Amino acid sequence: MSALLEVEDLRVRYATRRGSLMAVDGVSFSLHAGRTLGLVGESGCGKSSLGKAIMRIVDPHSGAIRLDGVDIGRLSGRHLRPHRRRFQMVFQDPAASLDPRQRIRRALEEPLAVHGRGDRSERRDRVREVMAQVGLHPEMADRLPHEFSGGQRQRIAIARALMLEPSLIVCDEPVSALDVSLQAQILNLLADLQASRGIAYLFISHDLSVVQHLADRIAVMYLGQIVEIADRAALWRSPAHPYTQALIAAVPRMAPERRGLDRTRLLPGDLPAPQDPPPGCRFAGRCPFATRLCREQAPRLAEIAPGHAVACHLHTAPDAAPGGAAAPSLPHFLQKDTVQ
Amino acid sequence: MSLSTPTHGGMPGGILQRLMRTPGLRRLRGSRALLVGLLLLAAVVAVALSAGLLYPGDPRDMAGPAGTWPGIDARFPLGTDMLGRDMAAAMAHSAGTSLTVGIAAATLALLVGIAAGVLAGYFGGAVDDVLMRISELFQTMPSLLFTIILVVILGPTTASISFAIGITAWPQIARLVRAEAVRVRRLDYVDAAVTLGMGHGRIVLLHVLPNSLAPVVVAASILVAQAILSDASLSFLGLGDPNGMSWGSMVGAGRPMLRTAWYMTALPGGAIFLTVMGFMLIGNGLNDLLNPRTPVR
Repeated sequence: MSALLEVEDLRVRYATRRGSLMAVDGVSFSLHAGRTLGLVGESGCGKSSLGKAIMRIVDPHSGAIRLDGVDIGRLSGRHLRPHRRRFQMVFQDPAASLDPRQRIRRALEEPLAVHGRGDRSERRDRVREVMAQVGLHPEMADRLPHEFSGGQRQRIAIARALMLEPSLIVCDEPVSALDVSLQAQILNLLADLQASRGIAYLFISHDLSVVQHLADRIAVMYLGQIVEIADRAALWRSPAHPYTQALIAAVPRMAPERRGLDRTRLLPGDLPAPQDPPPGCRFAGRCPFATRLCREQAPRLAEIAPGHAVACHLHTAPDAAPGGAAAPSLPHFLQKDTVQ
Repeated sequence: MSLSTPTHGGMPGGILQRLMRTPGLRRLRGSRALLVGLLLLAAVVAVALSAGLLYPGDPRDMAGPAGTWPGIDARFPLGTDMLGRDMAAAMAHSAGTSLTVGIAAATLALLVGIAAGVLAGYFGGAVDDVLMRISELFQTMPSLLFTIILVVILGPTTASISFAIGITAWPQIARLVRAEAVRVRRLDYVDAAVTLGMGHGRIVLLHVLPNSLAPVVVAASILVAQAILSDASLSFLGLGDPNGMSWGSMVGAGRPMLRTAWYMTALPGGAIFLTVMGFMLIGNGLNDLLNPRTPVR
């Protein structure tokens, strides 16, 4: 089965005052129709830039973005426009992604008008239909965005993304601007829509526990690169990259014997400057297991189990970690099920 | 929504909508500046519109003895000038000229300024550079001097004076709108419009332009005030339309008589002052109304 979305060696470069930086540096992955790929990483790791490049809000520097075999990374202007209806986006903050002066009906009809879909009454019907789908009363269509609550606004933003019946929706932190009680509602809505419409999601979040709810596969990004990608269960059960392990250790859990965060597992330091990434592994400066090899030579993403790839010398360099995926060289405190 | 509620990030709302949602225009009374400004403007407009009815003849015709002081002769409540022309008739007919020039010049400046500003702010890069360098070209020259040169070249008619004032005033509007457009351009709803497949034209017209106009409302009324003042300066210097009356030319004409008949300059001067103040107050009042978070002056 060929993938709906295939991203190959994608790079996104920004020119800044301190020199140019590669926000996304050689990212490859594929996403099948009707599935969800979760993309996690801390702020500034390039996950939003990756999402924006796929949405063609920013132009990719190099690489390919193939949607059903068509390289949408190379199309532009009016050649790209007809393809746009197939991939839509839900933004982080619905207060910012909806035009404050535009009534909901206009906002929802806009995609139809742009793509010349239907006449007036057909568009009205479609607005009613989609509003009902996302759990909004169609009678609210004549209100302005500020008359809605945050959760309702995110439903409107989702409705707008659904108007053109896309096969892929890029969700960029769609619940991080919402209260925790609303996060679950929106995540359930997204899951229901996926079940009924077969939409694929690229779900970007800094929060592993949110991604966990929805994703079939999870990719972990660090400083512009994917450091580990695996099926959800495999990643959660046996995280291979020290960074993934640290991320999972930082997820708060409901367990009476482990209240609060275990400080010893938190990573020291910040992301290195993206203008001048270190020569070897980009994580080496914060990694408790970094060797000289790590500081000198960048590891490549390599499969350590079927469907589970990691970019870390501990697993791929023969002399560094003889145990491979099991990684017995890791100290016990980083193995997930340890209770201290 | 009460107007005193701080809105999201200076979110601009339709002024009319806001005004109409206000019960009994309570806010309007709250802003005394706006109310006084509107009353002054209403008075000037009323005089301008009724000038033809009140004083049907040509205001430049001699009507009585020259140099009659105001309040001496009941037929000439504001007196007569050194040629025996009715000051009241001249003042009334001039109101229309001043308003026409002020509003026409401001409209031109707004059209050019908004278009240049929104394009520069939205597209950025080379478009921004070119448009902003052009606007700097206009801004580095003293605008009155530039206006005078244009009027001298084009000839003094109401239309050319309005054009000359408007074309020198647009850069300030362009800069204001550009700053807003730069802000709006970075907002997610513009990115959302891109992902829907909207072209630049549609995005600019439907999203960027309407959301960049909030500060222009305030600037527009101040612009009219400046234009009226510029027109008065031109007329005072004798560069006004020779076929029309204007407050500025009356001030200029009365200048030699300043010591013996100061009312000839004071009356039209006062009219200019009140009209300009009216527009300024409207501008300040709108500012209070639309930016409720601004501290009370």
